[in-house]
Amino acid sequence: MTTDPLQLPVKGPTFHPTSARRRAKDRIATILFATSFVIAMVPLVWVLYTVIEQGLAAVLSASWWNRSLAGVLPDQMAGGVYHAIYGTIVQAAIAAVISVPLGVMAAIYLVEFGTGRFARVTTFMVDILAGVPSIVAALFIFALWIATLGFPQSAFAVALALVLLMLPVVVRNTEEMLKLVPDELREASYALGVPKWKTIVRIVVPTALPGMISGVLLALARVMGETAPVLVLVGYARSINYDPFNGNMASLPLLIYTELTNPEAAGRLRVWGAALTLILLVAALYIAAAFVNKYLTRNRA
Amino acid sequence: MVDNLHVSSQSSQEAGLRTGGRMGDRIFGSAALAAGGTIIAAIALMALFLIVRAVPSLQADKANFLTSSEFSTADESNLRFGVAELFQVTVLSSVFALLIAVPIAIGIATFLTNYAPRRAAKPFAVLVDLLAAVPSIVFGLWGIFVLAPRLEPVARFLNDHLGWFFLFADGNVSLAGGGTIFTAGVVLAVMILPIITSVTREVFSLTPRGHVEAAQALGATKWEVVRMTVFPYGRSGMIAGSMLGLGRALGETVAVLIILRAAAQAGHWSLFDGGYTFASKIASAAAEFSSKLPTGAYIAAGFVLFILTFIVNALARAAAGGRVSGG
Repeated sequence: MTTDPLQLPVKGPTFHPTSARRRAKDRIATILFATSFVIAMVPLVWVLYTVIEQGLAAVLSASWWNRSLAGVLPDQMAGGVYHAIYGTIVQAAIAAVISVPLGVMAAIYLVEFGTGRFARVTTFMVDILAGVPSIVAALFIFALWIATLGFPQSAFAVALALVLLMLPVVVRNTEEMLKLVPDELREASYALGVPKWKTIVRIVVPTALPGMISGVLLALARVMGETAPVLVLVGYARSINYDPFNGNMASLPLLIYTELTNPEAAGRLRVWGAALTLILLVAALYIAAAFVNKYLTRNRA
Repeated sequence: MVDNLHVSSQSSQEAGLRTGGRMGDRIFGSAALAAGGTIIAAIALMALFLIVRAVPSLQADKANFLTSSEFSTADESNLRFGVAELFQVTVLSSVFALLIAVPIAIGIATFLTNYAPRRAAKPFAVLVDLLAAVPSIVFGLWGIFVLAPRLEPVARFLNDHLGWFFLFADGNVSLAGGGTIFTAGVVLAVMILPIITSVTREVFSLTPRGHVEAAQALGATKWEVVRMTVFPYGRSGMIAGSMLGLGRALGETVAVLIILRAAAQAGHWSLFDGGYTFASKIASAAAEFSSKLPTGAYIAAGFVLFILTFIVNALARAAAGGRVSGG
């Protein structure tokens, strides 16, 4: 039997192993990319740790949640911040009441109706509004509401500035959620002879609702910590003021900023305590958003 | 007869339904349109009212608004204000923040899209986004009380050894306090990290599978795949994200206000200067907004900031070739 070269097992072509140089580069790149992620986690953990460590003592005292600072001396370890918590929540709530209907309708316009030039301009303006610094929004409300229309400084003016900051977030998020609604649902509804507006109100919006709600909660969390508007548009009050249209009203950022000028240990404690309270509020909204998203969406499926 | 009646009733019913539907559509459509129009109107009014309030003060300005470093508004009959110093501090702190944040953000975006285990990528991304959830005043507190003392040795080292370079030259405030552009820039970098990361990550994750697989088939290492497919494809996203981050840094108010110390003399583009940015200058004077002309001076400064961020955000949009989301 002669051996035919064609019958011999094929020898694999020679692959050069990846050179040491290329492997080293690859290794270094991997390390650098992983490191950059770790670097980002450092400030997050560090900030949270600092705030909890410094502010926990203040937050744990019983009077923190149900007293204001009325009549409390700068160096006195007493009083609480419920007046500021009230202010923060009320200002954010008024902002939400105005910006949510407006933002949702604008998003419906962009997704369901908008074609052509006007829609493009609106989209562009939403992007621009999203980039407007909070201090500029505050100055605008000052120029319009207080300087031109002559209203006094008030929590409502702050809420108006927060509307401008919240609006683009609500519009964009609602847009995303509406786009996720499958077209088949709309077509099925049209095929049954349901008018467009009813299709939107009864079919499209309910389907997108969990995502929309969680988006609004996240937007609220974002505006709650805004400090620039409260510095420009309202005065600080040491006691509770329930009326958002008149008088000074505290909020957590404003309280922090004001107490920074207090050199006593009690002032420092209040600063960090208020910072921790603010973070707890934001965290509560984040958790609520995650809950709404998960729970309501699952129910529907 | 009966047939006829039946048909006519059906058609009239249909017509009624249709006009009712159309009527509703028209009302609802106009309401939606009006909401969109409100947003356009808000931007237009913003520009208009800032200009209207700023013009009288600009006319009364005895100094050159664009080139003067003075900002004295105490004497209403002798207003002297200009934005040169504000511009210098704002740009220096923002660009410094950008230089720190962009490489890290690109690294994180690459890590999340190409290196992290698929299951972990999403929670990791959420962790980075959480940085954006921390209120800026908290970053300010952390920056001045916790970070600044830790950065002081670094600042001193740079100042001692690289002091011949203008960025690290002696500044106009003391290094010991930490109230420098250096500290503010580092804090700003942390604050703009999430937005740059999220825009970049979004674009990186859209890299066509085919490009990646083609590179892998040619025997590329992972780094080579990233360098040859992900980076070129995601360049627009990196630029758009950086621009959005720059826009945020330019307008950041309270963190900078808490950290930066006021300086007696004008700065010379050193990172160890103090001073005011546009935003922190306006916020610091907010308590004195009572008489018209001095307030107008700050509104004029605010208008310059508005234009600056407008340009930067429009650039971001142009770079992305369409709309930029990035939360």
